[in-house]
Amino acid sequence: MTVVIGINGNQSESQPRPGQCLRTFLREQGNLGVKKGCDAGDCGACTVHVDGIPVHSCIYPAVRAQGKEVTTIEGLAGAPNGASTEAGLHPMQQQFLDRQGFQCGFCTAGMIMTAATFDQAQKENLDRSLKGNLCRCTGYRSIEDAVCGHEGYPDPGAQTSGVGGREQPDPRPGQLGDDAPAPASLGVVTGSAPYALDVPPGELHGLLHLKLLRSPHAHARVLNIDATTALKIPGVVAVFTHEDSPEQLFSSAQHELYTDDPDDTRVLDDVVRFIGQRVAAVVADSVGAAEAGTRALKVEYDVLDAVFTPQDAVLPGAPVLHGDKDAETSRIARPLQNVAAELHSELGDVAAGFAKADFIHEHTYRTQRVQHVAMETHASIASSDDDGRLTVRTSSQVPFLARRTLARVFGLPEEQVRVVAGRVGGGFGGKQEVLTEDIVALAALKLQRPVQLEFTRTEQFTSSTVRHPFTVRLKAGATREGELTALQLEVLTNTGAYGNHAPGVMFHGCGESLGVYKCRNKKVDAQAVYTNTVPSGAFRGYGLSQMIFAIESGMDELAIGIGMDPLEFRSRNMVREGDQMLSTHPEPQEDVHYGSYGLDQCIRLVRGALDRGRERYRAAGLEDAGPGWVTGEGSALSMIDTAPPRGHFAHSVVRLLPDGTYAADVGTAEFGNGTSTVHAQLAATALSTTSSRITIRQSDTDLVPHDSGAFGSTGTVVAGKATLAAAEDLAVRIRAFAAGIRRVQSSGCVLEGDSVICEGTRVPLTEIFDAAAQAGVELSADGQWGGTPRSVAFNVHGFRVAVNTGTGELRILQSVQAADAGVVVNPRQCRGQIEGGIAQAIGAALHEEVHVDDAGKVTTDVLRQYHIPTFADVPRSEVYFADTNDKLGPLGAKSMSESPFNPVAPALANAIRNATGIRFGELPMRRDLLYLRMKEARMPR
Amino acid sequence: MDLNTVEAVIPTADPGQWRPGDAWLAGGTVLFSDGGPAVDEQPLKRLLDLGSTGWPAITVTGEGIELAATCTVAELYDLPADLNKPGDLNDGSATAAGPADWPSLALIRPCCDSFVASFKVWNMSTVGGNLCTALPAGPMISLFAALDGLATVLAAGGISRTVPVADFVTGDGQNCLAPGELLRSISLPAAALRSRVAFRRLSLSNLGRSGVLLIGRLDADAGFVLTVTAATRRPVQLRFGSGSGVPQPAVLQRAIDDAIPDRLYHDDVHGLPAWRKDMTYRLAEEIRVELAAAPDEGIQPYVSGDFWPPAGQGW
Repeated sequence: MTVVIGINGNQSESQPRPGQCLRTFLREQGNLGVKKGCDAGDCGACTVHVDGIPVHSCIYPAVRAQGKEVTTIEGLAGAPNGASTEAGLHPMQQQFLDRQGFQCGFCTAGMIMTAATFDQAQKENLDRSLKGNLCRCTGYRSIEDAVCGHEGYPDPGAQTSGVGGREQPDPRPGQLGDDAPAPASLGVVTGSAPYALDVPPGELHGLLHLKLLRSPHAHARVLNIDATTALKIPGVVAVFTHEDSPEQLFSSAQHELYTDDPDDTRVLDDVVRFIGQRVAAVVADSVGAAEAGTRALKVEYDVLDAVFTPQDAVLPGAPVLHGDKDAETSRIARPLQNVAAELHSELGDVAAGFAKADFIHEHTYRTQRVQHVAMETHASIASSDDDGRLTVRTSSQVPFLARRTLARVFGLPEEQVRVVAGRVGGGFGGKQEVLTEDIVALAALKLQRPVQLEFTRTEQFTSSTVRHPFTVRLKAGATREGELTALQLEVLTNTGAYGNHAPGVMFHGCGESLGVYKCRNKKVDAQAVYTNTVPSGAFRGYGLSQMIFAIESGMDELAIGIGMDPLEFRSRNMVREGDQMLSTHPEPQEDVHYGSYGLDQCIRLVRGALDRGRERYRAAGLEDAGPGWVTGEGSALSMIDTAPPRGHFAHSVVRLLPDGTYAADVGTAEFGNGTSTVHAQLAATALSTTSSRITIRQSDTDLVPHDSGAFGSTGTVVAGKATLAAAEDLAVRIRAFAAGIRRVQSSGCVLEGDSVICEGTRVPLTEIFDAAAQAGVELSADGQWGGTPRSVAFNVHGFRVAVNTGTGELRILQSVQAADAGVVVNPRQCRGQIEGGIAQAIGAALHEEVHVDDAGKVTTDVLRQYHIPTFADVPRSEVYFADTNDKLGPLGAKSMSESPFNPVAPALANAIRNATGIRFGELPMRRDLLYLRMKEARMPR
Repeated sequence: MDLNTVEAVIPTADPGQWRPGDAWLAGGTVLFSDGGPAVDEQPLKRLLDLGSTGWPAITVTGEGIELAATCTVAELYDLPADLNKPGDLNDGSATAAGPADWPSLALIRPCCDSFVASFKVWNMSTVGGNLCTALPAGPMISLFAALDGLATVLAAGGISRTVPVADFVTGDGQNCLAPGELLRSISLPAAALRSRVAFRRLSLSNLGRSGVLLIGRLDADAGFVLTVTAATRRPVQLRFGSGSGVPQPAVLQRAIDDAIPDRLYHDDVHGLPAWRKDMTYRLAEEIRVELAAAPDEGIQPYVSGDFWPPAGQGW
């Protein structure tokens, strides 16, 4: 007897497989709003209701749902208890829409399904009731506002300033300075916004699934792969090995110039260099069959010596990872010494600088491996159309660069490859790589059938990329008067088994972190070194967060050493508008300018907020946190160039549509950074309309000629500039065309909402469109921007913390960030970017570490072993904006997506130093480590 | 996640039906989370589904509480409230010999809240599953071990045996079950339920996985029992016999010294052994002080960590 499963009021005819979880069953039935974040019950993205009870559908046996009624996000508003709003939404969906309680939106359906069941007591204790719902983007403040339906933005009772000042525009609805909602809002809260794999079942006829056999050895030569048994498994279609792989070496890292990264990677290699590397791919008509196929492969390895730390890897006689490659053609600095890239420079004379110093601080700072934990894992689907054109749908920050790489690796003309990104479920740099696209392309080209690969959460940890671990030997000196006299850094970065982003991260890390201080004497010796471990890659901050941790900790120590207030010491030595920003070259970068300067304001804002915070605690009688608790304050600053060097290109096309609204085709991807909202607002400002009248299409290589992609914080300042240019040009064309048909001067025509006002007469844009169509004129305009010249943006963070000397518990009593973002296009969104950056950085500072054991194996391979911040871990932060207007950015705006992350860890370390007297030079600063260091220092417990 | 090697789901609670490649399916929240046995072991072929056993989740009598292994964490969490309102569990006959006189019930909610998993997972996950998973941080292990819980285990051929919960878990992820054996129930004796209790817990993150979890019990006969979990690879129980009362600090310290050699402190990403060790002594002393004070003295004991005292916390 078959028992049906009710889904959103319909009876499903399908029967689940015996070991199937409810999540995949629901997705197979077309409920694509049910997301996979972890597939292990930790993240809550797959939350559904079974008979009204919220459960994680990824750990719910599908057979148990037989005879029950399942409600997914798609059916929430129509559920018996789901009283719907005017917009046809469940009240909780409406609250998430109104409060914009999301960024990438991948966790949102699960958040809403969970919160929709809350009673008042649960809403009052979100620390507890939301601990099964992880969000990596927002920092949870906007989620709290949404769940609780808090009124007002910003909360009038909160200690935040928002924006406002003479440089900031008066917000006009849907234009510059307005808190316009994200264009995809409705899709996000209803679960209908399509991410990479949200292709309706049946749309891809004959879809195959690919699973990768991964290396159990840290370093080995693959001698033989016997696929005989695997190929006999029912459903297995093909097995691909290094013998099927193109010879072309490439880098999984994606940059505008592919020569920025070493060519050291093959689609499938006959040498494996880390545990978890691809060995072979099995393609089958189901995931289960493909998994069975990988288990059935018999591989003979010649196991080679391996090396796991950069310190060991540079020693003479160390095992060599890429000795088979030519330094010049592969662009590897010294392949035989495992050095992927290096940098040696000295400005001035550090020896003289140290001689002049009254106080010298020397310390070795270390940062750990951190994973991005974008809620959507890497995933892509490749298919080949009848004309042999390859289409890859993927979760990528860089569709155009991925196309270039695929064309290069497979020897195809670029026009024979199309890459499309749906909405992207978080990136943080992790998706500035080609990690799935190449292997599905290989399979689809060979088999001429669509092929899908979805990484598991464990594969994200073991086989994608991590933040480069840095070891920084810092030596810095200062005079008693507070002059920074010398700064010397020996930097060793661990790029893992491959050199993707190794040079860029190393160079960028040693850039703005030093450039922000006007010290005459600076010396840097940096090396990026290969080891037989999971590859490092691009990560929010791109080397800066690691270097800023070291340098800002060091600045704090210098200030303490000379008895000066640390913010005062920084203020005396930081660059002021017009000062040369020098790091490792005697000349400043030609194309980096002070388009605006707000660092001094940021320092003042943080200092003022910390003072007020101290006073609040004093007034409340909470100065003394109680027995066993010590308190302290700390801060740190950071600078970032508003775009990457050597060009970053963006194209946009804006056109008038028959209904009088506009379409903007942009190349850059939307992964929760809010770029789409900003583009709509910029275009709306230029076209004197509202963002709701602009429809954005994006991240499809067929839409525009080229776009370098969404990395390096370029979504607003580069891509936005292209869209603004296109919209401004279109505005001129529409006015000119209107002037022509009305026989008036173009100067007498102005755009206003859905019309052109021609010397007092309102002409609807629909009429303009029709007239243009009749005349054979397309009212559209292109815009582009090459990413140069660039400006600089600043962030300063301050913390007040309490540390329990007896247990190591840490409480963040106050968190403050001031940002110099220029003109803030969308204050609510920009604040969200900052809050999200703070939360992610708190995770990296206090909790997160991808642990690699002595044999090179990643042991923290599920979210229960890798703790990312939950609602309970993240304090509400005060966010302030400097009042500046950038000469170079679009309508005065600057970048603000990577940079809020960068000053957080050192600010926390400095606050802990202030509270305990102990310098923590190693991340993460976990409670057990805090306790043991305090014990060692014999602090009273 | 999908368990793609599973070929059948068999509704049964008969250990006689078990064969290699089978796994008991209770809530499924662990099996479907970690995918079952590792690849190089026997792959999972069948799930023996305990979902339709009809075992009553909770039975309360004057003798104590019996929990079916399949009792969900959510059902257990609701127990203290359910006992206070008229219904199946409270027939109005509660007397000084029954639930009305069981202060230890106050442990149930903090122990449930010690799960790193959210309340949604509790709707499926079972108390028996937590015992069988046998993680050091398993809070049902803490709760039942602290209350002298007795586990009933079924084997093929209608054989059953009982094991103290404190001995049921033998190491990190290891339990005393032979292949095919099935945990049937846990009984909590009234004698332990009548005790005064104190609870302490520390985690490396707010509301995160327990790194150290200690429960102290002062029995009506002045026996003192301290149960250490999470800090150690398996539960460790320190028993000071009836009439001994709360021990002096030095006595308690020596007892911990003797009971927990350094190698028994758990070592994983949720806490370094050296921290777990020091915190064990610290929390033990806090518990000692709390239980040594007469309940009506009004002394506010020092509480490290979260969830305790439970009064007035609105959960």
